[in-house]
This record gives sequence, C-alpha cells and structure tokens, in this order.
Amino acid sequence: MQSRSTNVQKGRIISRRLFMLAAAKILLLAGITSRLYNLQISDREKYEVLADKNRIREWKTPPQRGLITDFYNKILADNDRVFQVHLSLDEIQDFDKTLFRLKNIINLSNNEIRRIYKTKAKLRPWDTLVASDNLNWSQFSKLNLYLHELEGVKPVVSSSRYYPYGSNLVHVVGYVGEASIRDIERMEEIKENLVPGLKVGKSGIEYSNEKKLIGKYGIKRYEVNSSGKRIIQLEHIKESQGTEIKTTVDLEVQKFAQELLKNKAGSICAMDIYTGQIIAMASSPSYDPNKFTHGIGHKDWEEIRDDPLKPLVNKSIAGLYSPGSTLKPLVALAALEFGTIDPEKAIQCKGHKHPYELYGVKYHCWKKQGHGFMKLRNAIKQSCDIYFYEMARLLGVDRLSIIAKRYGLGSNILKNVYFDEKKGVVPNTEWKKNALGKSWYLGETVINGIGQGYIQTTPLQLCLMTAQIANGGYKIKPHILFDKNVNFENAKLKIAKQKTNESLLNNSILEDREFQLYEKLYSRTENIDFVKDAMFGSTNEQYGTSFKSRFEDLKYQFAGKTGTSQVKRITEEERELDLKQSQIEYKNRDHALYIAFAPYKEPRYSISVLVEHGGSGSKAAAPLASKLIKKIIDRHKLREQIRKANITLA
Amino acid sequence: MLTERLNTSKYTFFDKLLALDFFLIFIVILIGGISVFAIHSTEGGEFSYYTKNHLIRLVSFFAMFIILSFVKINFWYRNAYSFYLICLVALLIVLFFGVTANNSTRWINLYFLNLQPSELMKIAIIVCFARYYHRMQSADIQNYRFLLIPIILLVIPCYLVILQPDLGTSILIAGSGIVVIWIAGLNIKYFVYSSLLLLVSFPFIVSILKPYQKARILTFFNPDRDPLGAGYQIIQSKIAIGSGGFFGKGYLKGTQSYLEFLPEKHTDFIFTLFSEEFGFLGSIILMLLYILLISRVISIGFSVRSFFAKLYCFGFASAIFIYVFVNIAMVLGLLPIVGAPLPIMSYGGSSMLSIMLGLSIVMSCKIYSQDQISYY
Repeated sequence: MQSRSTNVQKGRIISRRLFMLAAAKILLLAGITSRLYNLQISDREKYEVLADKNRIREWKTPPQRGLITDFYNKILADNDRVFQVHLSLDEIQDFDKTLFRLKNIINLSNNEIRRIYKTKAKLRPWDTLVASDNLNWSQFSKLNLYLHELEGVKPVVSSSRYYPYGSNLVHVVGYVGEASIRDIERMEEIKENLVPGLKVGKSGIEYSNEKKLIGKYGIKRYEVNSSGKRIIQLEHIKESQGTEIKTTVDLEVQKFAQELLKNKAGSICAMDIYTGQIIAMASSPSYDPNKFTHGIGHKDWEEIRDDPLKPLVNKSIAGLYSPGSTLKPLVALAALEFGTIDPEKAIQCKGHKHPYELYGVKYHCWKKQGHGFMKLRNAIKQSCDIYFYEMARLLGVDRLSIIAKRYGLGSNILKNVYFDEKKGVVPNTEWKKNALGKSWYLGETVINGIGQGYIQTTPLQLCLMTAQIANGGYKIKPHILFDKNVNFENAKLKIAKQKTNESLLNNSILEDREFQLYEKLYSRTENIDFVKDAMFGSTNEQYGTSFKSRFEDLKYQFAGKTGTSQVKRITEEERELDLKQSQIEYKNRDHALYIAFAPYKEPRYSISVLVEHGGSGSKAAAPLASKLIKKIIDRHKLREQIRKANITLA
Repeated sequence: MLTERLNTSKYTFFDKLLALDFFLIFIVILIGGISVFAIHSTEGGEFSYYTKNHLIRLVSFFAMFIILSFVKINFWYRNAYSFYLICLVALLIVLFFGVTANNSTRWINLYFLNLQPSELMKIAIIVCFARYYHRMQSADIQNYRFLLIPIILLVIPCYLVILQPDLGTSILIAGSGIVVIWIAGLNIKYFVYSSLLLLVSFPFIVSILKPYQKARILTFFNPDRDPLGAGYQIIQSKIAIGSGGFFGKGYLKGTQSYLEFLPEKHTDFIFTLFSEEFGFLGSIILMLLYILLISRVISIGFSVRSFFAKLYCFGFASAIFIYVFVNIAMVLGLLPIVGAPLPIMSYGGSSMLSIMLGLSIVMSCKIYSQDQISYY
C-alpha cells in the first residue's frame, strides 16, 4: 500500500510532466502550422507554378518553311506532305523488339536500321527519334493498322521541302538538310524552332535567308500524368509559315539554259542591264536537291562527289576562269578613256612566223596567218592578240585594273546570298607585291591585255561587265532576290539625270574610287559607243568572230565578243603540231567564253556563256548564247507585262 | 466521497452506456468520415478497392472500439504483460514466417487479413509501461536498476521491427514508450544525457543505415539532391500542398494527386491530398480535430483515479500526438520520410485496428474511472 503523500507526490509529478509535454506539443504544433502557412499562403504562387510545371507539358510542332518563287510566282521550293514515323523513346519498353516489329511492318532496310541505332545513341532517353521521314502511302497506312501493337510509335503527317524543278534550280535556290549542331549554334531561330527532324538550308538562298524562311513553331499544350502520358489537350497555338521569297529569275529561261548546257560543264548567266535583275544563273553539271532533303544515300552522294566535272560547284559565281578575249572590249575602253590609244592607229599582225616580242619572250596571235594591218575596231571585231599586246603595254596594268574593277571585276556581286561566291583576281603591281611578294613584269602586262595570266573572273562578273557597258556605262547593282523598289523606269530616270551632269564629275572619273548606284563610269560617251559598235561588228559583220551565230532579225539582233581562254601554256612543239582542239585531251582544251547584249537597237539584257574546255568561243559558246538570246527576247513581252503589273500593285 | 454509486461493479449496463464519452466518439466519427472521403478522392472519385476496404475496416473496428470499451480496466492491467508478450511473439513470427511486400517483411498472413504486429506493439508498450510504473515508488523510478527493465522491454521490439526493416514504426514504438517513462517521472537528467548521446552518435547511426534509409536522411536535408529519386516524394508533397492555397483546389480536384505525381497518397501522404484539396483552412480544421481528440483523452486521464489509467491515457494521448506530428511534419518536408501513417486517416488495417484498440482502452478508463486497480 502506498502512503497518501507518495501518491499525491506521484500524482503531482505526473501532472507536471504532462504539462511540460503539453508545452512541447504546442511548440511543435506552432512549428507545423507556420510551415503549413509558409507553403500554402506565403509561397503559394511558387508551388502553384511548380504544380503546373508538373502537369502541363508543351510539345513544339514544326514550322512551315516559306516558299521560294521565280519572277512569275512559279514555286521553285515547295512544301510537300510527308508521312513520318516518330518513336518516343521514353514510352517504349523494349526498343529492339519494337524496332524489329516496325521493320517488318514498313520494310525498313538494314541500312536504315543501322542508321536508327546510330541516331538513338546520340539522343537522350526522353527524346523523339524520327525512324523514317518519308514513308509512302501504303507503308503509312499499314503502320496505322498495327499501331495498337506498337507502344511509343507515332505516325506523323508532316511537311517537307520539295523542289518541283529539281536540278534546274539548285544552284540558285540551294537545298535543305537535317539541322546539325553547327546550324543550331549559328542561328538563334534554328535553336528556337528545333523539333525532331527539322530541316534547314544548307546552301544558296535556302541557307542565306534561313531567318526569313524558317517560320515559327507551334505549341501544343497538354495536361500529362506523371509518366508523361497526355491526358487532355489544353491549347494549340498554330505554327506559322516563313516569309515567301521571290527571286528575279525566270524559270523558263533557267530551264532552257540548263538544257543548253546538258552534258557539258559550264555556266550561263543573264541579267537585265538597267535594273540588275538576274534572269538566269545556270551551272552545269547539276544535281537533284530533293535527294538531300531526306538524307542522301551513300551511292548517290559518291556519284555527285566523285564526278570530275564537279556538280556541286556553282560555276557562275564560284568558278574562276581567265576571261580571255572577252576582256578585250574592256581593255579597249580603258585605253580610250586614258587616251593611250588612237583608234585610227594601225598595227600589223603577221602571224606565227613573226610573233610579238618583248625582252626575248615571244607572244603569238591566235591566227596562224596573222590579221595584217589592224585598226582598233577591227582588232576587236577579229580579236587580234598582237594589237592588244601593244595596246596593253601602252596602257599599263595598273590603269587597266582601275577600269576593270569599276566595271565589276574582282569583287563579290551576290555576297549576301551565296557564301561560296569567289572574288576573282584583277592584278596590278601592288596586288602582286602583296599577294606573291614579287614585282610585276612587263610580259605579264602584255598577256593581261588579252585576258590571260593572273586575271581571274567568274561568269557572273563578265555578265555584269557587259551589262554596264551595254547600258551606256552606268553602275548597276545586280540582285537575285526580287526588290520591289528597283524598276526599269526608275533606273532610266536616274541614268538620264547622270547624263546631264556630265561635265561636273569629269576630273575624278579616272581615279581608283568607289561609285554610287547609277553613277556614270565613263569619262566620254564616245568611248562607250565605240566599243559597243565594235562588238556589233564582231557579231554581225563578216570576219567577225561570232558572225556565224548572228540574227538578221532586228528583234533578236545582238552584239557580243568571243573568248577562248587558255588552260595550259602552249609549247613550241605543240605550236608546230598545230593541233585541232578536238585532238587535244579534254582537260587541256581551252575554255570557251562568250559575252553579249541584246537587242542591239535598244539593249535590255546582257549574257555570259562559259563552256569548260569547250575549245573555241565562237564554235562552242556563241551558238548557245544565240539560242538563249532568242529565248529571252521571246519572253520579254511577258516579263514587261508582269513588271508593269507589279508596279501598279506596288 | 465514498458513496456506493462510485463502485462500478454495481453499475448497470445502462449506466456504463451513459458513462461513455460521447464527445470522444463524435470526434472519432468525424475524423473517420473525413478519412473515407479522402480515400475516396485518392481513387479519383471512384468507389473502388481502397474506399471499400477502408470503409469496412473503419466500421468494423469502430464497432470493436465501442464493444471493447466495456471491458474492465482491471482486465487490461492484469494482462498488460501478456499483451506485450503476445505482440513480441507475433513480431518473432513475422521474422520467420512473415509476408513480404516492397522489400520489407512486416505482416502475418491470417487468411482474411494481413496483420502488422508492430502497429499493435505501439499500443502494447504503452499498456505495459503504464502497468510497470503504476505502483512504483517515486524514489524507485529514479533508480537506474529499475530503469533497466523498461529499456530492455523497449529495445527488443524496436530491434525486431528495425530488422523488418521498418525504421518508422520502430521510432514510433520507441517514442510511445519513452513518453510514458517521461510522464512517470524519470529524472530529467536521463533524458538530457540520452538526447546528447543521440545527437553525437547521429552521424555514426546514419552511416550504418541501409543505403535507401541513408538516402532518405540525406535528401531530407537537400531534396534537390535527387529530385527524381529519394527527394521526389518530399518535393512533390510540398508542391501539392503549396498549390492548395488557402481554400484548396476543391474535393476531387487535387491535380497533383490524381495525375499520379504523388505516390503513396492513400497511406503516408493522405494528408497531402487532403491539404491540396481543402487548403490551409481545411488542414487547420483537421489538425484541430486531432487536438480535440488528444485533449479529450488527456481530460479523461485527469478524471481517472488509478495511476495505471492515468499513465495510460496521458501516454496514449501523447503517442497520438507523436503519430500525427511525425506524419504531418514528414509530409511537409520537416522530417525525413520515415513511413508513419496518420491515425484513422491513412489507409491500413493494422493501423486502424491498433488506434481503435487504444481508444477502446481509453474509453474503458473513462467508464471505470473510479475503479481502484487491485495490486497483485
């Protein structure tokens, strides 16, 4: 039996202990309550956002690529509907089994299987793998039939780049391919729009105008559960298409030009001499850009890559050639402008037995028998080398380079559009010292005068040079992307203004300086007219080097200049042998060039033609130019209609 | 006053009925009802497996609660040690013949239900210690020799439970036992020393834990360390609760829970779901109900005569507080995830059984409050 007092004491102890416990409990309760308050009241927004982040997930839908059209709004680069298979890696339990099933259903080749595994290795576990991005309809519908057996496999209807005119336009438009890491790094827009299987421009207009063409991705917002399975669609922001890009190119002329170059390696360029719009820019051989859109096959790629005629090179802007005799009109112009030649001066060309000699080195004319006594006009018309050796010697290489540069040689023309364009070389004494560390030799001036030696031009540069002579000697800005602010009337107006300012700027005309758009490039109109007239003679008068390619009809009549650019130096023995071009090995044959402008009466277009190893300008290049000119002039009326319609709309 | 009326052996059944604490019953029914709705919500509004089972258990064990209330408090006193022993034996059976689920062996298969003896042990230890300290002199309580037995009685079941492995329940068992020892009046210095010892040896203890338990402790201190693994539950629980706001998202609208971002939502994290759906307001009200429950038990403890009953009621009330606190704190990210169910609210047969059993003993204390316990 316990005594009362111990009981009471014990009772008190228990009560006291209980109170202490109660105090502790209240403290703990306060702790919990304040924490609860924290989460639910103070930090409520933060947790709401996190809760939403959990359950809402966004998927990007791919953007629609902007179209590229020609001058007549014909679509050169289109978007075609394609059927694709997407594999959601995080939803597939057994990848090997699923892939095996898939292989049997849509008939994947072993190569494709290999590629899929390779791609998978680079992806993260929650990424989407595009197993095939170009199924045909029967494969696609078969896949849909077996869909219930294949978890994580999604058939997707998407759109993909399609070039209806394939190899005819690839050197103008370019092509697209799968976005690489470099692409993602170089452009923010590509990074933003990155969805599995996104295609971006790899060359040409597709590449340089990526920002405009790429468009904007769309967003599909879903509520998902914790395994990422979509429960409801909450929102759909539609994707938008990129801006349409219109070019100045005429599809029909371009196709015609590519056809003219079939089975040859070469280039054809045509431009409007007042507006600078490029009508056609063909390069041969060409290749099919559609092959690149879905990833080019190994064999196809090897074929393109190993072709000795180099289809990937855009010869119009990236091919460098000696201009040969096509430079002669410019040399003549330069000599006239600087007053170093009198057009009446006669020089004798005596043929191979009596070549032009300078410090013991012999320089020959192309004509074995020689031309006899020549004056300037004739020298141009019959393309006499001896005359030009002498003229070049008197002119000097530096003064020639001033004139050459202002008429468009030696610098990039479409620099913002084609990253592979080449500048070419317009040599002078300073250039040689800087580039080669040597001093200039007079002999080099001499051969420079006939467009050989260090001088290197692209066919487009020659076309521009011709245009700026044909339009009377005024600077134009060639462009291939349609610019609605540039039009014929405007140009003519500005040029007319320039004409009346003739006297004012005479002093600085012959300096080496920059020129404004439509600014006068000549010092005396007579000089330009002289050269144009000489070119007329070269084409339309007997003994002219392109006489055989002429048109009698005034509608098509044109003026031009042949060029035959030497590829290999001719040795004494070879000169003795006097081989025909067809007897020489292909890669040693001369290139064939031709420049022209038409119609002669009131010129609107300039042309340049290049046939690699064509042998002779008059035999290989001039006939092509002739056919092309007819085509362009036939299309001229339509182009004027469209042009005028555009103006009234604008 | 020594009126005959106070001798409960002369009570009629009706008297005993009247002596029931109806307020307590009312609170229990309230919490029980809320729990059914909560479980119902975990199944997305479907009256399915969990809801059905929970309701059956609630009703049957509640009936048991009422019925067993009429058992004399003497009975519990006399059989306190046997109760403890039975539970101990059950734990041993679990060790050798137990049912395994989720990598832990905690259950005995009784064909129509799986019994988890560790839950019952939570109650048994309170009853056992209440008896042990019932007639001990205050002076003896302080004697370390008399402390040895309770320590051993405590350590053995805790150890067996840790082996299962079930760290959470063993902590709750330890907590229940220690709180009774505290109320009984053991000198504070023992508690101070042992807390210091625990604090100092904490790192060592952590290092001998199993890897997943270790991970739990470490991610508790920094949940972002492993947001998709061990830290996932804590982070998700906080997000769900926080996004509930003041009024909550509404019944059946707990998006985090029904979209399966929150695992274990019908057991350990039932409070999270409730809090997400009923907000700060609802959570405070629920906590208030528990406080009312606990204080009611405490007030019953004040009204009883025997130390056994007093110790038991105070001990049980504190134990309930511990269970509630540990669960809610865990769910709020204030304690590491240990796996402690919320009394009555969480789904779980053995948990419901043990709480209802414990409550019936409290009710028995109330009915027989004037009884003196016989000393033999």
